[in-house]
Amino acid sequence: MTDTVDKIPASSVPPEQIKAIPVRHYGRWVAGVLVIAVLALIVLAFSNANINYSIIPDYLTDATILSGVWHTLYISVLAMLLGLVLGVILAVMRMSSNPVTSTVSWLYIWFFRGTPVLVQLLLWYNIALVFPVLNLGFYKDEMNQVMTPFLAALLGLGLNEAAYMSEIVRAGIQSVDLGQTEASHALGMTQGKTLRRVILPQAMRVIVPPTGNEFINMLKTSSLAYAVQFNETIKAATDISSTSLAVVEMYFVASIWYLILTSIFSVFQYYLERRYARGSSRTLPPTPLQRLKKNLRLFGSFRRPEVAR
Amino acid sequence: MTSLSKDITASTSGRPMVKAEGVHKSFGLAHILKGIDLEVNPREVFCLIGPSGSGKSTFLRCINHLEKISAGRLYVDGDLVGYRQKGDKLYELKEREVAAQRRDIGMVFQRFNLFPHMTAVENVMEAPVQVKGETKAVARERAERLLDRVGLGDRKGHYPAQLSGGQQQRVAIARALAMQPKLMLFDEPTSALDPELVGEVLDVMRDLAEDGMTMIVVTHEMGFAREVGDNLVFMDGGVVVESGNPRDVLTNPQHERTQAFLSKVL
Repeated sequence: MTDTVDKIPASSVPPEQIKAIPVRHYGRWVAGVLVIAVLALIVLAFSNANINYSIIPDYLTDATILSGVWHTLYISVLAMLLGLVLGVILAVMRMSSNPVTSTVSWLYIWFFRGTPVLVQLLLWYNIALVFPVLNLGFYKDEMNQVMTPFLAALLGLGLNEAAYMSEIVRAGIQSVDLGQTEASHALGMTQGKTLRRVILPQAMRVIVPPTGNEFINMLKTSSLAYAVQFNETIKAATDISSTSLAVVEMYFVASIWYLILTSIFSVFQYYLERRYARGSSRTLPPTPLQRLKKNLRLFGSFRRPEVAR
Repeated sequence: MTSLSKDITASTSGRPMVKAEGVHKSFGLAHILKGIDLEVNPREVFCLIGPSGSGKSTFLRCINHLEKISAGRLYVDGDLVGYRQKGDKLYELKEREVAAQRRDIGMVFQRFNLFPHMTAVENVMEAPVQVKGETKAVARERAERLLDRVGLGDRKGHYPAQLSGGQQQRVAIARALAMQPKLMLFDEPTSALDPELVGEVLDVMRDLAEDGMTMIVVTHEMGFAREVGDNLVFMDGGVVVESGNPRDVLTNPQHERTQAFLSKVL
């Protein structure tokens, strides 16, 4: 045994690299050509369609459209904040050992997840039909005065979002190892402090990605507020098209704005996830910027003469 | 190595650090502890051994009220754990009062349970800042000294995921010591470690024992128990089967269940 080992020369010479002819994937070529052909047909169809492309850039920065985009953005942010705060409360209620609070939370989620957002928006908007006067004791007014399109949109979108957020938050909190709670308690931390300092920061890793998705969804779902006369992007687009008759063009303008908004928030979400990934793995993944720099460096190194072995 | 003694607030009174009187614990129908009586004196290293399921970890967790006892009385430094006695009635302590009791009792877990989103030094600083209200500067100064002391001076900024098991457990010991406890509980601190990493954790525990810390150690490390332990208890089936000086019990066990257990693990 030791004999044979001794006879193997010390590997000072690197072994010869394998140079084999790779398997040819003809199917991939066929599929590629087919897909390009279909794409070309679609592009051709749209370029010959009855669409006035030249007016799209002008309307992108139209004052009405910009105001609509701004309304879309802020109703989405506010509704999301309402959903987030209420969602955390509902999640804590749901996990509480008090049967009354956990059942109420369950019923809330059951109702708001089980009915369409559009119906919820219309219900809020038309609530004056059942409660003509709002009387809070310290505040009294006609419901029609109170339930503006803005408030109807905020309540409709926000309360619906809360039901989804509470499930996301609950999943996040329950994903944290029980040993973390025990360690915190053993150090003398109270339940509240444990939740705030130890559980929630770790739960965020599970909560942030789906919350980002929820927000991107919210940006688009907020277009339903069109039905309650809220002046968001779609409302602005249809208002213009009713006078300019450029119907499809205006939907294109709206789509471009939605794409811009969702793209911006996707990047934002990426950095947010990175922040909450601290400590979860040995090294963080590179940011797109770092990746770009690395690729440029690699690209540069291809042109450098190869260093002799 | 510098001494840890200024981190130790040893009880000077003559009373035992831990006193258990007929402690029972049931989980539903499972009767885990069936009447434990024992005393742990200040500055003593008290080892608990026994087969898994014998209740030794459960008993340890009762001492800082992570588990509620079902019957009997359990005292730490003269105070009833988790309850207040007025006349012949027992009142459950409020959450804040239980938390206050736990401040003085350090605990080290089998699976470390470090906070993964904090660096080593942040882990050690967390409780002094959040629970005792110390300033960050004071807490950091002590945290760095404790990390130096457990041989991790060069790992302060590392996250737990970047540390080996032995290093993580040493951070966990430093984290417990940062609260300047009068009693340390170790729940199988080396059971989740690779054999080659066990030594570094036991070394830290040995130093701690030499500095006079009162320690209750649930362990399978018979060598550590024999060398460092002042007292040893063998538990089986929820009762104390045999106790005494570790060298005597381990080399010359009297009870047949102790003999059977030791013949398997030694």
